[in-house]
Amino acid sequence: MFSLFVIPFCLGVLALLVVSILKYRRWISQFDKLQQMLVRKGLLSWKILGAAWEAFREGLLHWRITKHHFLLGYMHRSLAFGWFLLIVVGAVQASLAYPNGHLPYVAIFFNFFEPRSETIVHFPQAQFYANLMDALLLYVLSGLILAMFKKVWSRPMGMRRTTKHNLTDRVAKAALWCIFPLRLMAEAHTSAIYGGGGFLVNVLGELIASTRLDHPILEYQWWLCYSLALGTFFTLMPFTRYMHIFTEVFLIYFRKLGLRENNVRTGYTKFEMSACSRCGLCIDGCPINDPLGISNTQGVYLMQAVRNKDLFRRAEKMADQCLVCHRCSVDCPVGIDLEAIRRQVRINSRKKTDTASGYDYLKTVRPFHALGRVAYFGGCMSHLTPGITESMERIFQASGTQYWYMDKDKTICCGRPLLQQGFESQARELRRKNTQLIKESGATLLVTSCPICYQSFTKEYNLPIEVMHHTQFIEQLLLSGKLRLQPQNQLRVTYHDPCELGRGSGIYDVPRRVLSHAAQLLPTRHEREQSLCCGFNLGNAVLSSEQQTQVRERARQNLLEPHPDMIATACPMCKKAFTHGTDTPVRDIAEIIADAIMEKPLHTT
Amino acid sequence: MNKFGFQISTTRSIDLDTADLTAAERLLEAEPSLKACIGCGGCTATCTAAEFVDFNIRRMHTAFVRGQQEGLREQLNRCMLCGKCLLVCPRGVHTRSVIMVMRKELTPEEK
Repeated sequence: MFSLFVIPFCLGVLALLVVSILKYRRWISQFDKLQQMLVRKGLLSWKILGAAWEAFREGLLHWRITKHHFLLGYMHRSLAFGWFLLIVVGAVQASLAYPNGHLPYVAIFFNFFEPRSETIVHFPQAQFYANLMDALLLYVLSGLILAMFKKVWSRPMGMRRTTKHNLTDRVAKAALWCIFPLRLMAEAHTSAIYGGGGFLVNVLGELIASTRLDHPILEYQWWLCYSLALGTFFTLMPFTRYMHIFTEVFLIYFRKLGLRENNVRTGYTKFEMSACSRCGLCIDGCPINDPLGISNTQGVYLMQAVRNKDLFRRAEKMADQCLVCHRCSVDCPVGIDLEAIRRQVRINSRKKTDTASGYDYLKTVRPFHALGRVAYFGGCMSHLTPGITESMERIFQASGTQYWYMDKDKTICCGRPLLQQGFESQARELRRKNTQLIKESGATLLVTSCPICYQSFTKEYNLPIEVMHHTQFIEQLLLSGKLRLQPQNQLRVTYHDPCELGRGSGIYDVPRRVLSHAAQLLPTRHEREQSLCCGFNLGNAVLSSEQQTQVRERARQNLLEPHPDMIATACPMCKKAFTHGTDTPVRDIAEIIADAIMEKPLHTT
Repeated sequence: MNKFGFQISTTRSIDLDTADLTAAERLLEAEPSLKACIGCGGCTATCTAAEFVDFNIRRMHTAFVRGQQEGLREQLNRCMLCGKCLLVCPRGVHTRSVIMVMRKELTPEEK
């Protein structure tokens, strides 16, 4: 069974296979030592089952996108899962019709080779399969119609802004969109001449027959066009965003094996960049898109620029624009570590700057002997909000906690601001010094008031003791009964999730539970994962103060909407940002709790 | 060592006609907010690094803008980029950015 028109399809598949195998092999060879070790160790472990389930759930069913927006999820699911089923059911259909085996392309062009399969003696279910294939084709076409609708009007599909694609992506998309209507037309023409086909193809075939366009030459041309569309799409696929279809599966597997991004670009980064479907879901939530209107630097464009060596200067600019609020990492349906990729670009761009260490002056700092005590690290920012550090000291004293205020007089920064700006080696030096001080002190627990430091201590340090944000520590005190609060008048507060504590560290419930001991928490429109950045995040050094203020204003409006008596937060940075230009008091959770254990407020400014 | 945070300045003069101001111009172009500086010194007073060592942001960027860049490079590397100066600045100067641009400008070409 052969016809010349199958050649474009076969060549396309061949090109796709060769190019993707070469690409994947190269990327795997670019894994660093740890990544290689993890892959070797876990290659055939049970984790493959978890990865297969996640690949099915995200790659085919598009669960996360459906949770984001139902119609958008349906569109992706019908195209991905529908096409997948079309291939699988088609293969089953062909193998039932030809029990002695067949060439792979026969399943794709089954109706051409076997227009009236219901006449095959050993294939009594032929009509059922024909109907099933038609139903699946209809399912895919429904998604295609939604995709076309989204191109004209994306808002009802849950997206205010969509990605601007480059030329190759657009050509591939055109080929993809042609595939399914062409298949329908080709099958209908075959049905017009020979009969057969399911409920959809058969009806359309009869319609074509009635217009007397049912000529075998026309039929052949439709099949040829179908094959050409498939061939074009498959050939372009490895060079376009559609490569994410395969890469996402690999990425999910590697992630399950424990591979992560680090500070240099590795083969794993190549997988992440290829797994980006350029869907553009990272654009809408980004605080520099709304309210600042900068909509060409988000994750999707950054990755495009990083992939393309000529655009690298632009990538550096894009990476610098980011507020590092982690919003895009939460919104990304593929779960790409966009923050890490941005950091890699920043580290790379600082290579032109002298990054020699100037921290000789820290050598003189000697550790304090705090054996068995709780070490309290206020952090640089908390020194600008003395209400927080004083409240924490009050809480330590009231609960009878033996503590060591390790940066009472002088702070050695945790190093995260340096790392965020790409000064990797300098950040390492600060981490080394702080680690030495903490280790040698003999403290058993580290409590910090600053979520930036908290993220640094938990993710970038390798400390031998437990690290807590002060909200976690206060909750422990409240639960163990070491801290008792006075019955309070019901204070109505809204809570601002700091980026570094919420999205950055996944701590959403602890601060809310602690607050509920002393106040009545009002819900706001954007909270938890969708919380708005205060605009003053240290991750950014290029936005003007007017722009930062604009970002803050949007977040502030959101917090003031339920008319609270007070705005509560858990970050000195956010507190400082909101305090400017608000009549409503802004307080840290530590201050609210400290006030509740006392007769009078401790720090009234 | 200046234990009190101040010392008596020695007499010196800056001849702006002969000073090389190209780097200063690039700095002001990259970070225009610096033009709004009123020299209040809040950045220096709050500085985390200045608690340990002689690190005076106001003095450094003033010297830089006047074309006096000797010895600044080593000093600038003492900054921890913690951002306190940024938050206390009453004029909205992007002090961290100023420091990073100065560092970049002072990096020798061959690097």
